[in-house]
Amino acid sequence: MNGSLLTFLKGGVHPPESKELTEHLPIESMPLPATVEILLSQHFGAPCTPLVKKKDEVVEGDMIGEVKAGLGAGIHSSVTGKIKNIATSAHPISVSASSVVIQTDSEAGPREYTPCKWMDLSRDELLGRIKRAGIVGIGGAGFPTHVKLSPPPEAKVDTLIINGAECEPYLTTDHRVMLEHPDQVIEGAKILSIILGLKECHIGIEANKPDAIEALQKTAKESSNGFRILVDSLKVKYPQGSEKQLIESITGRRVPGFGLPFDVGVIVQNVGTTRAVYDAVVLEKPLYEKVITISGRSINRPANLLVRVGTKLSDIVSFLGGTKPELSKVLMGGPMMGFAVSTLDMPVTKTTSGVLFLTEEEIDIRPHGQCIRCGWCLDACPMGLSPNEIAIYVEAGRAEDTSQFGVFECFECGCCAFVCPAKRPLVQFIRLAKMKAKK
Amino acid sequence: MSESPLWTVSISPHVKSRESVEKIMWTVVACLLPPLILSVFIFGLQTLIITLISVISCVATEAISQKLLNRPITIRDGSAVITGLLMAYIIPPGVPYWIPILGAIMAIYVAKHLLGGIGFNIFNPALIGRAFLLASFPVAMTSAWLTPIRDAAVFKYMGTGIDAVSTATPLYVLKHYGMAAVLEKFGSLSTIYGDFFIGWRPGCIGETSALLLLIGGIYLLYKKYITWHIPISVIVSVGFFTWVFGGEKLFTGNPLLAVLSGGVILGAFFMATDYVTSPTQKTGKLIFGAGVGALTVLIRLKGGYPEGVCYAILLMNPLTPAFETWFKPKRFAPPKGAEK
Repeated sequence: MNGSLLTFLKGGVHPPESKELTEHLPIESMPLPATVEILLSQHFGAPCTPLVKKKDEVVEGDMIGEVKAGLGAGIHSSVTGKIKNIATSAHPISVSASSVVIQTDSEAGPREYTPCKWMDLSRDELLGRIKRAGIVGIGGAGFPTHVKLSPPPEAKVDTLIINGAECEPYLTTDHRVMLEHPDQVIEGAKILSIILGLKECHIGIEANKPDAIEALQKTAKESSNGFRILVDSLKVKYPQGSEKQLIESITGRRVPGFGLPFDVGVIVQNVGTTRAVYDAVVLEKPLYEKVITISGRSINRPANLLVRVGTKLSDIVSFLGGTKPELSKVLMGGPMMGFAVSTLDMPVTKTTSGVLFLTEEEIDIRPHGQCIRCGWCLDACPMGLSPNEIAIYVEAGRAEDTSQFGVFECFECGCCAFVCPAKRPLVQFIRLAKMKAKK
Repeated sequence: MSESPLWTVSISPHVKSRESVEKIMWTVVACLLPPLILSVFIFGLQTLIITLISVISCVATEAISQKLLNRPITIRDGSAVITGLLMAYIIPPGVPYWIPILGAIMAIYVAKHLLGGIGFNIFNPALIGRAFLLASFPVAMTSAWLTPIRDAAVFKYMGTGIDAVSTATPLYVLKHYGMAAVLEKFGSLSTIYGDFFIGWRPGCIGETSALLLLIGGIYLLYKKYITWHIPISVIVSVGFFTWVFGGEKLFTGNPLLAVLSGGVILGAFFMATDYVTSPTQKTGKLIFGAGVGALTVLIRLKGGYPEGVCYAILLMNPLTPAFETWFKPKRFAPPKGAEK
């Protein structure tokens, strides 16, 4: 079995998976919070301009923010209620960002959506529905999906890959979505294929999710009608779900530095995004709720939760019975690439994949020492860079001279710092190098 | 959550592997202990005393150096212990007790901390310590050999110091009197292979037992703390060059004897593999090891000393930065125009 698993060639690490905390828990809907704080920038590109003002009444799914010019995606109200304020909220990366605060109307029932036939719709209409629903890549940086699906004409896209690798430890949202809604994932994959003019697509899943692989294979076979949907088992190795690594694992092609997947004829979409595309096209439902994993050994009740965008972490914590006293780090996202936060007064966005509550045992806060040149980071780096040398340059005050080492190809997967026996904060050094070096 | 929580906020990754510098170093220390225990049976209790003096002097020198240089004191990481063990292992068992103290100061203060501390030393500190001792005290360092004890009298050589000169190493005999003399002194070839493999021969404190060193070395390979490239290329290269040039005619040298005598196994697994002073990439490692082997044979056959592993490694050490420049990891797919 192992011989047939697809994988990328260079580097990679095997962090403890810790998925057993949540992988068997069915997706659970969280009751609506009293208020939501919806950030106006939840995607790669310009922030949205609010379309509502204080005291306006909104209905679940109404567009409340729109990008006036440039790259971006619209933002929708995730609840029915009244606009309480246009204010600023805490943000995991930019510290604070403008947001729309909505008071939930607890009387209002859920908005109903009815499935429609989409097969006869034109490509432009399919893309239009995706754009109107505000779909962005919810597995990663939040790149607007309708833009990603419209590559320049000279790019000959011949392969679509649905990313179900979910290689980050702890996270199990894609796993549960594939297991519980395989039909929607497959249907979404078909929509994406049609938009790209393809008759087949790959779904790549790490082999530690055999039930999801089986569910998708079964559904793909039953509802093939003219499409070839190939479910590929991938070797369990971080960062298998990184776009460039996944493309290499499945197609053997390597996206060149500073290049994009369509340069090698590939488009990658995450499983969650694919399901959101299904919602957008079949139900005409905007992206305003998502499944996130709440895990770690200091949350009282780990869960896979369906939450509304804008739900605050503090509301999630109280719904799940609070945290344990051992809590020593809170993360938005996975433990390899997620962001540590200092407050629970922070909302979930379209790209939040999980919130982790970790104990001191789970993290490592030992102070770092000097590099002993073991070379492990060189073996671990999937991009073939030399994190050890970059770090020494940065420590020596020569961060601006590091572009020769390819710092800008680093996507901060964290493999180097994970393996470093001297516990050196290599990713931090590299980020500093990126700020000071010239491209 | 009753009090205001103080959480750690730092940059990703938030989980890290369980390995650490301390774990690596103390594992190496453990792998180095069996040959020490055997050496007590072979040469008597004073090998243990010399080793202890060496280790304690190295650790003390490290603490004092770091104090003097205003650096954090890191003696708990075990690296000075390794230096102390390795340096003791490559000095003869009959040297006076003050010898390893001087070696430790040279190794740790000069060769390690004056160059920037762990990670920045150009040469292997233990080998610099020994090279310094050999240059400064050539008589003590080249003649204090002891005959292996066959009667379990572990106190036999205690405190006798340099007067206990009673034998010569196989490599010394081979260099000055030839193969026939080796056979006469140490028995038939098959006896020699057996005795030398287990460690029953004159030599430095910790270098004699190929068997116990191999067990430690294989454990380090199993733990992935070292890779096979350097040890194997050193051993193959010593064997190969000895076979070609080591006999009376070309291709008549005895590679097995060459590998089992002197410090080849100890050097190959525990010294040439030092992270700081050896290359990180496979190609670099293979060439580095081959160079160590070739220089060892060159020194043994043509140099002034019967053994050459120490100088061979010291000569290859400063080439490490060059190997690192020549052999880099293969980049995933660098942008066009920025190859390499």
